[in-house]
Order: sequence, then C-alpha cells, then structure tokens
Amino acid sequence: MKLTKPFGVLAAAMAVAISLTACSSPSTSDTKVAIGIKFDQPGLGLKEGDTYTGFDVEVAKYVAKELGYTDIEFKETPSAQRETMLQSDQVTMIFATYSITDDRKKKVSFAGPYFVAGQDLLVAADNTDITGPDTLNGKKLCSVVGSTSAQKVKDNFADQVQLKEYDTYSKCVEALASGAIDAVTTDNVILAGFAAQPQYAGKFKVVGKTFSVERYGVGIKKGDTELCTKINTALQKMVSDGAWQKALDDTVGQSGFVPDAAVNPPTPDACS
Amino acid sequence: MSGAETSILFDAPGPKARRRHAIIATIGSLAILGLLALLVVGLANPDNNQFTAEKWLPFLDPQSWSAYLIPGLIGTLVAALISVVLSIIFGLLLGMGRLSQHTWVRWATGGFVEFFRAVPVLMMMLFAYYAGLFTLHLTGNLLPLFGVVVGLTVYNSCVLAELVRSGVGSLPKGQRESGLAIGLTPFQTLRIVLLPQAITAMLPSMLSQLVVILKDSALGSMIAYSELLRAGTNLSTRYGNLIPTLFVLAAMYIVLNYLLTRIAGEVEVRLRRGTRGIVAQGAMAGMVPQPAAEPDVPQTVMPKPDHRPGREKLR
Amino acid sequence: MSELAELFATYDVLGAFWMTIQLTVWGAVGSLIIGTVIAILRVSPIGVLQRFGSAYVTLVRNTPLTLIVALTSLGFADALRLNLADPNSPTFIVDNSFRWAVVAIAIYHASFVAEAIRSGINTVPQGQAEAARSIGLSFGPSLRYVVLPQAFRGAISPLGNTLIALTKNTTVVATVGVAEAAYMMRNMIEFNSSLLYWIFAIMATGFVLLTLPIGLLFTWLSQRLAVQR
Repeated sequence: MKLTKPFGVLAAAMAVAISLTACSSPSTSDTKVAIGIKFDQPGLGLKEGDTYTGFDVEVAKYVAKELGYTDIEFKETPSAQRETMLQSDQVTMIFATYSITDDRKKKVSFAGPYFVAGQDLLVAADNTDITGPDTLNGKKLCSVVGSTSAQKVKDNFADQVQLKEYDTYSKCVEALASGAIDAVTTDNVILAGFAAQPQYAGKFKVVGKTFSVERYGVGIKKGDTELCTKINTALQKMVSDGAWQKALDDTVGQSGFVPDAAVNPPTPDACS
Repeated sequence: MSGAETSILFDAPGPKARRRHAIIATIGSLAILGLLALLVVGLANPDNNQFTAEKWLPFLDPQSWSAYLIPGLIGTLVAALISVVLSIIFGLLLGMGRLSQHTWVRWATGGFVEFFRAVPVLMMMLFAYYAGLFTLHLTGNLLPLFGVVVGLTVYNSCVLAELVRSGVGSLPKGQRESGLAIGLTPFQTLRIVLLPQAITAMLPSMLSQLVVILKDSALGSMIAYSELLRAGTNLSTRYGNLIPTLFVLAAMYIVLNYLLTRIAGEVEVRLRRGTRGIVAQGAMAGMVPQPAAEPDVPQTVMPKPDHRPGREKLR
Repeated sequence: MSELAELFATYDVLGAFWMTIQLTVWGAVGSLIIGTVIAILRVSPIGVLQRFGSAYVTLVRNTPLTLIVALTSLGFADALRLNLADPNSPTFIVDNSFRWAVVAIAIYHASFVAEAIRSGINTVPQGQAEAARSIGLSFGPSLRYVVLPQAFRGAISPLGNTLIALTKNTTVVATVGVAEAAYMMRNMIEFNSSLLYWIFAIMATGFVLLTLPIGLLFTWLSQRLAVQR
C-alpha cells in the first residue's frame, strides 16, 4: 500500500460523486422544476416543517405556474452557492433575495427584478431617536459576519456607531429583542420578514429610510433569454392581476411594512 | 465519586470537621443554587421572557422534531460516522507511513500530520467548503457535507495516525523481531503482527475520538451543513425562541456524548478483560500521557481510579 | 503576487492573529484557574462539591464550544446584560464581545484542565499523601504543599495538549463576531475567492507557527519538570 493523502483521495471520491450527479441531468422535465430559495429567511423564504412560506416563495410559485410547471421542488441556495447551482443545472430559477449586480451578471443572467429593496434599519417599535443611518452615532448596530452592510453605515453615515456581528440574522434579532443592541441592518424586506413573525408582533419596526438600492432578480442560467422573457411576462402578469400585492401583504406586509411605492412594483429589465 | 471516606487526601472527619464540612457544603450548595436562581430569574424577567410557554411549547410539537431536530441529529450523525470511518482509514495509512522504512515516506507523512494537526477544524472546513465550490464545483447538499467531512477527517486522521504510531511504538521489541525472524518483510510484520495488537488497544481512544468528532461537527453550521445546531437555529428562526433552543440542543449533545463516552468505557473494560496481556498494558502505557492506573490496585491519591484512557484526548 | 500584497494591505492579518493570541492567553489563564478549582472540588472531602465538580466536567465537556459561545454571548451578554466592559465606552461592543468570548473559552477548556490535573493527581503516589497527613497537614495544606505541586508537574503533557487545542478552538468565536483569524479568513475568502489557496496556506501556517512552539515548550517542560520516581 502506498502513502495516500486524505484530501486527494477524498476529492477524487467526491469527484466521482459529482460526475454521477452530473450525469443524472437536471431534475427538470416538462412539468417538474427545481427552484432555489432561502430556507432561513422569515417572510421571504422559510422552511416551516415540510412547507415553504414567504414572498420569494409566492413569486416563485406564481411564475412556475405561469411557465406551465405543476410540480415544484424547492432547494436551498445559500448565498455563496447561487451562481454555481445555476451553472451546474441544480436549479432552473433562483428566488432568494438575489440582487442584480454587474459582477453576478458575468456568471448568470437575471429576469426581473420583481422587487426593489434597500438597506434599512430595524429598531424597537417604541424607538424614536433612530430615524435613519445618520442618527446612529453612539448606538449599537448588528449585522452578520461577512457582510459589508454594517461597515457601510460606519463608513458613510455614522463613524461613532458600534458594530456587533453574529453569524445569523436571527441572533441579531434576538439581541435586538433583549435590548442589547439598538438596531439591525440589512435589506428592508428581510428586516420586515423578521418583524412580521408572530412572536415578534408589535415589537419592531423598519425605519423606512433606505440608503441603498437592491434589485431582486430571478437568477437563471447565463444567456437563457427565452426563459428570461417568459419569466418577465409572468412577473408583469403577477403585478397586473394583483397577485404580487397580495403575496406581499400576506407575508412581509404583516409587519406593517410598506415598500417604497416609487420603485415598487418594478418593471422588469429587458432580457439580454 | 465514591464519597469522602475512601480518600486518603484527608483524615476521616471527626465531629468538629464534620460540622465544618456540613457548613461548607450548605454554603456551597446555596451559592450554586443561588447562581442558578439568578440565571433563571434573569432570563424569566419581563425584559427577556425566556420561560414563557410560547417559547417552549414548540418543543412539544412533533413537527419541531420530525422536520428540524431529528433530521438535524441525523445530519450530525451522518457527518460524524463518515468522518470516523475515513479518519480510521487515513489514520492507519498515515500512521503506517510514519513507521515506514523509507525516509521520504516518513518525512512526507510526518510533515503532513504535523501541519494539519495544527490547523483549526473550522478553518479546514471553511477551506474545504470553498475549495469544493470553486475547484470541484460541488453544490447542493453535497458541498457542505464535503466541507464538514474533509474538515473533520483531515484533523482526526492526523490524531489517529499519532495514536497508531505511539501504539505500535510501545509494543515490546520482541514482537517486531520475531515477525522478522520468521521471514516476514518489515511491511508484513507491521501489518500482520504489530498493527492488530496496537489497534485493539487503541479502540477505546478511537471511540472517544468519536465524541470529539461529534462535537466538532457542530462547526458545520458555519458552512450551512444541516446538522443539529443549524437545524435548531432554523427552528428558532421560525418560533423566535433562540435561547430555549440552545438549551435543548445542549441537552441533546450532552446526552448523546455522555452515552458515547459510556460505551467507550464499556468497550475498554471488555478489552482489558479479553486481552489482558502484553498488548493492553504495553500499548496503553505509551498512548496515554500519564501512567495507566490499574483498576483494582488503588496506588494513587485519587479517591477512585476512574481512569478511562483517551478521555483526555482533546486533540 | 500583487493581488496577494493587496490582500495584506486590505486586511489586517497580523491584527487578527494578535487577537487570536490574546484570546489564547486570557482563555488559558481563565481555564487554568477555573479548572484547578474544579479539580480541587472533585477531590475535596465534601460530597456536594465533589458532585458539582464532576457534573461541571460532564456537562461542559459534552457540549460543543460553538453552543457555549452562543449561550454566553446571547444569554449572559445580551439577555442578562451582564457587562464586562463599560457600557458607555465607545469600544463597548468590541470589548464586551471579546471578554465574553474569553469567558466561554475558559469555561469550556476548564473541564479539560480539570481532567488533566486530575490525571496529574493520579500520578502522585499514595505514600506522598499519607506522609503529608502523618505530619499533621490537613486537606488544604497537604494539597497545596505536597500533592498539587507534583500533580501539576505530572499533568504538564495533557495541559500542553489542552493549550494547543485551546489555541485552535479560539477560531470558534468568529461566530459572535470577534475579529480573530478565522473571522478574517472568512471575510478574505468572501471577497477574494480567487486567492482561496493562498489565504488558507497563510492562515494555516499562522496556526502552525502558534502551536509548534507551545508543543515544543511543553515537551521540554514535561521532561525537565518530571518528578523523579
């Protein structure tokens, strides 16, 4: 027996495993589609036992139906994996608070946007002295490890703000509930999702003064303009027949959150 | 613990000492209970409300178990089991490499073991996760599993390799010599004569390494592997009961690991009974940092030689 | 290579390792203190305290450090608002997070230190304790002057292992946002994924450089301080 390095062999074993999964073509047929969502974002994409709830999920269901799919398989697409999962055909579409950026457009294409979010602050319902990012001096602000959103606040708006970081937003929200921190920052609709949860009912409010623009698109495989056009048509129909508004009201709207009407509902970009 | 009377660290207490002990015991218990009470009251007060029914009732809902905690537990066990099996295989190979006749093999495996033993498991997992994503293009559930398994396996096979090396190293010299004398090659001697003896003696340590692996698998939540901790976090995101969930998770880990430790202890007792020869004693002495205490001859100061080798195996 | 230079210019890698070292040193001091107390409780003549000592070891040692870190941070620091830093200080969050992280590390590793010292006490021959008692020393003094000094010397090797493990385990506090090496590594990968292999090689080598001297020091110490019997 020769000397073997664990990593090499493991990698080889896993490579075999992938080639096997790669052979078994994307799990899409005429009626079945795999859609990527988040599993841990209340109000947007949350796995509740065996069902999935949230605004992203509702939009995904509507679009899938319009595209003629009757059977949806929801897959978890963590942020780091989104591009790779599209490229490797693991999912056909991704509805997962996926902001359209030029950087991402190099690897994947986007339909939509179906929602325009913006970075905002979540504070206690009775808080009156935090009205925007520039009122955060001397306050304690929470965000997640590996995101730049909190640092942006510190750099651009309030250099006296103190930053706390946790590995998940739910921990930030827990800290906010106990009063240990004054505000949580990320996209307004994500914050609204937490505020809309029954157990936090009436405890939090989204400040409502956004300071960035995040256009949530539907991630698809790069260059698939046909699919992109179909999705855009479906999205426009969803807005026009009122299903978009209803989906929003039923999910994140429960917190009293009202999205910026000047940009919402958005008109989809042209497909390219 | 077998109580105060058997210890030789102190005299059998007289009436005065007994009274003093009673006083200290009361004060000590009160202090411990007081701290616990402060904790409970603090968490229960209206600012926190951690002991309300709505935060604890979700644990009575079968769905919390069927959709979150049980799948999470299975995720933890799957990752731990794969890692244990792979660690033993690679640990043996690396251990044999370190005992090889060829200098370059010894150096290469030695360097590998020494390097990766020093790398934190979390870093290894992060690296394996991203390497799996960027280089091997793994996705879906396979990617985080790959990250966790590589992270746990690389580190633990290095630990086991060291166990193999010291286990073989502590066998009596005659074992190797007689192997060579009957015409076996050095490699055959290692494989047929030395390793089987060393491995039998190592089994308890291997089992207790399972506890280490099981606990470290919780780091997988950092790379989105659906193990117990992450399942619990998701559960608490749904119900907004993070702190109660952390307590429940801690209890689950404690019970699981405690059972494993007991099983390891049981296996060791059986092994000692079975192979109470040169193997067990010789190999044991080299493997644990301190001289092994004999179970039936209390020679040392401890009240009861509750010695389970490998239990101190932290790294 | 210019990318690599830029990486070092953007990220304070040395600062992150300095944080790791601080966590290690304070965590080691804390765990040594708590661990010694627990070990003493476990050999004490008082039943309740003995049981408390063993309960501590059993409970803490079987809980993942990640959970302990989360519990101290969310439970003690956030919910109970037990501040280990001045809440009005401009660096309150950084200081408080760091100190609670140290506490979590100390609590966890104290159980291993207690076991190491117990194994050290195991190496002390019966005759030593009997001799101590026969010259009239009671529990406290016989521990302090006779048993523990030998026990510590016998426990050096497992204590060294614990310290090395502690050094590596400090990475876990990245989950509560303490800017140490693993936190830095995660951020670096997130924004410079093309340099993944370099980043890992650098951070891993950092840990080899941190733990190697500890290993050598403790091997040397255990040989030098071994009790001749």
